[in-house]
Amino acid sequence: MRTTFFLVRKEFLQIFRDRTTVFQIFMIPVIQLLILANAATFDVKRVRMLVVDEDRTTVSTGLVERLEGGRQFRVVRYEPSDVGVDYALLDRQVTAVLHIPRRFEEDLVRRGRAPVQLVLNSEEGATAGIVQSYATAILDSYARELDRTLPTVRAGSSTVRRVAPLDLRTRRWYNPTRNYKHWMVPALMVSLTTIIGLLLTAQNIVRENELGTLEQLNVTPMTKLQFIAGKLIPFWLLALVIFSLGLLIGRLVFGIPMRGSLLLVYLAAAVYLIVVLGLGLWISTITRTQQQAMFVAFFMILIFLLMSGLFTPVESMPKWAQLVAEANPVKHFVGIMRAVLVRGAGIETVGRPIVGLAVAGIGVLALAVLRYRKSVA
Amino acid sequence: MRAFLGFVRKETLHLLRDRQTLAILILFPVVQVLIFGFAVRTDVEDIAIAIVDPTPDIATNQLRERVATSDRFHLVEVVPGTQGLELEFRRGTIRQALVLPRDVERKLGRGDSLPVQLLTDGSDPNTGGIMQGYATAILQRWYRDAVPAGGPLRIEAETRLRYNPTLESAYLFVPGLIAFVLTIMSALMTAISITREKETGTMEMLLVSPIRPRAIVAGKVIPYIVLGFIGVVLVLVAARTVFGVPLQGSLLLLLAESGLYILTALALGIVISTRAPNQRAAMIAALAGLMMPTLLLSGFIFPLDSLPWPLQWLSSVVPARWFLTIVRGVMLKGAGLATLWQETLILIGMTMFLLAVGSRKLAIRLD
Amino acid sequence: MSEPAITARDLTRRFGSFTAVNAITFEVEQGEVFGFLGANGAGKTTAMRMLIGVLQPTSGSATVAGFDIKTQPEQVRRRIGYMSQKFSLYEDLTVRENITLYGGIYGVSNQDIATRTGEILTRIGLEHVGNELVREIPLGWKQQLAFSVALLHRPGVVFLDEPTSGVDPITRRRFWELIYETAAQGTTVLITTHYLDEAEYCRRISIMVDGAIAAMGTPTEVRQAVGAATLDDVFLKLTRPGAAA
Repeated sequence: MRTTFFLVRKEFLQIFRDRTTVFQIFMIPVIQLLILANAATFDVKRVRMLVVDEDRTTVSTGLVERLEGGRQFRVVRYEPSDVGVDYALLDRQVTAVLHIPRRFEEDLVRRGRAPVQLVLNSEEGATAGIVQSYATAILDSYARELDRTLPTVRAGSSTVRRVAPLDLRTRRWYNPTRNYKHWMVPALMVSLTTIIGLLLTAQNIVRENELGTLEQLNVTPMTKLQFIAGKLIPFWLLALVIFSLGLLIGRLVFGIPMRGSLLLVYLAAAVYLIVVLGLGLWISTITRTQQQAMFVAFFMILIFLLMSGLFTPVESMPKWAQLVAEANPVKHFVGIMRAVLVRGAGIETVGRPIVGLAVAGIGVLALAVLRYRKSVA
Repeated sequence: MRAFLGFVRKETLHLLRDRQTLAILILFPVVQVLIFGFAVRTDVEDIAIAIVDPTPDIATNQLRERVATSDRFHLVEVVPGTQGLELEFRRGTIRQALVLPRDVERKLGRGDSLPVQLLTDGSDPNTGGIMQGYATAILQRWYRDAVPAGGPLRIEAETRLRYNPTLESAYLFVPGLIAFVLTIMSALMTAISITREKETGTMEMLLVSPIRPRAIVAGKVIPYIVLGFIGVVLVLVAARTVFGVPLQGSLLLLLAESGLYILTALALGIVISTRAPNQRAAMIAALAGLMMPTLLLSGFIFPLDSLPWPLQWLSSVVPARWFLTIVRGVMLKGAGLATLWQETLILIGMTMFLLAVGSRKLAIRLD
Repeated sequence: MSEPAITARDLTRRFGSFTAVNAITFEVEQGEVFGFLGANGAGKTTAMRMLIGVLQPTSGSATVAGFDIKTQPEQVRRRIGYMSQKFSLYEDLTVRENITLYGGIYGVSNQDIATRTGEILTRIGLEHVGNELVREIPLGWKQQLAFSVALLHRPGVVFLDEPTSGVDPITRRRFWELIYETAAQGTTVLITTHYLDEAEYCRRISIMVDGAIAAMGTPTEVRQAVGAATLDDVFLKLTRPGAAA
């Protein structure tokens, strides 16, 4: 309606006139996406390792060589014994310690099995798991190699019966190059757009209230719906633009896959943004100062982001938390983005979350409209 | 001096009267700890897996049993063929699939090679790798036990995890949480406080008073230092009582370093406030500008070792990165100043630099 | 005689245990310039805010432009204009943009907006700064602009809340000329002020003390009723009963 049009126009005029805001709206997400997309990775390279080789045989040396050969480990120190290992870990000189005990080669030849000790610094948690999987993979492949070349004498058996190892063929779908960016960039995009969108809408109405212009609007015949629409539409359009910029960067700079329908992505984005921006506007109606609004918004954003699957998988959360996460719009949209872009999923997979978001959007807007009062009781 | 104290009192009262903000400032760290501790995990469990078993027999039954009873996996279905697998992967209803060959029992008996396919949803390289590792381990163990005699050579790694043996999420995140919360809150509060003063015009009134500009800034900042400490203590209490996060090192050292870091973050807030023309810009700069970089470049969630080297450089400029090392060191490793003196020195340097820049700009702005 | 533009009957507003407006009753004729006087905190702004519909009365009733403020607030809003103490124009929009915005919200046609914009700019003398941000123009012009915007949609009643605060005497004089012009065209003006000399410009005034109307009538009637020579003395007598005239 005409009133809404004028309100939308006013909002755009205000936004674009403020150079700092324009800079922040566009540059913060874009710059952060460009830089941080490279940061969001669990890929561990050149893990610093300390080796204690008490066996010092060809077999044990072979193992160490194998470890050094790949790009995953870098042996920075050799020690003859365990002395000093603790300190090295404490001081972060090394992240991993491999201890090869004395009868390593002998055990392999006699019994077909030999233990080694791996000590990992798990203060950073996630790294430990990955380092462990790298190390075990190398140990496994070395063992297979030895199987072919090493003569074995099994105590108690006359014939040596060699059994073929398991012919395991692993395939990783959707991201065979293990490019973290493919996984993280879509989610980062969502997060950055959400952060700025939510913050802007959250302080918008409160700010007008603080400046006194809100009262003037309340005296006019403008309806609550027109008012909220007049606030929502400009930021919704802006957010879509930022989102598109993000997609463009994702594609051109980071080469993220786009296996599914872009139309579907935009449909989801359009609905999602209504929910998020509507939440921001609602926050703006329940707080009294810009400061409060920002804090509440920040609080909400952080909880949303943490439980969205952006950093840590939703599947890893305990059941009750996953249930709570169902109420998290960011979780749904990140899931939709990843499903459509990376896995090429279609409407049959994302239809339900989109409908859920749509319902949430209507609900949130209704909340904001109802909460907003033109006159004080 | 009395004027200064009076000013500090005014700022404190101001803060105390804003109930909503105060509630959030106090609730916020606690809620974050709870969420992080309970909900956010990096380990992978309950992996939805399907087994394709064309000719079920005793051996494959054993494998199916193991997978079904494993904590890590959630056996969704056992199917005879691979049709429909792709759709399920795409929909996300399964994340892994074990494709067994025909006549497993017979092949095992004859010592033939056993080609098994393990399909994993690798969209997330991290969990993809972890899931693959788990499935491989289960397969290897089953194979060893199923094979009649001996079995292939194997090197068994006994892994010990130091400093966080159970990989408790809380242990991982709580130190980072302290850093993160302090960063954002302190920077935000300061930035807002100073710009609000500018906006409402009371700044000019203050300038006419006998208090020196630097003292004004200091006075504004003191209530937030106290608040920051309260936040740290709250997080620590919640972490220890609810999650049992250890404090291997000295509490005093931890508090002292936290105090230092609060100053750093506040100084950051001051710098932001000098460059921001109004409250809104200050807030957005502090929140939108600090949140993601602190989360991603400080080693909070993603390991520092994983950063490509240009970003490693960038991360050394992020104060939270140094503080995080310190907090983890003290809490999880029992490290003392002997090990942490470099990081501490860096923080001190950053604080002094930020304070110098901030107060100089502020003085210029005010004059 | 035509219907009164504003009527209030026992209009009351309480905030918790504090009564800001205490059962005030009065009427304003069409085309009248009516002054609401009183000390700061006497309740005049609160009363006005109830009449314009941004504050709901605790009890009592009122009509504006013939419509009940409680049951027909939207009809009221269409027919009134308002100028707040802070002028409430968008500082980061230009003069023209502000006019266009409010014109649009009030349903003034695009053509009329264009014509009236020209008229306003000419009358106030802002032709050359039409595209300047409101933030940049001097206070006096801001004030006249806010008044013009309040009248943009040709409301029947216009409410002015301390419109001349902080403005120099010459601008104040000019402003009152504008008010007279408006009233002459049939618009009713309700104005709150604490400048007592402005009280003389109004046809009738009311003086509020502690939320109630202590005196009402033409300036002369009020002086006679209270028994004081000047409005200043009237004021003193009403607000500090012990003070001798």
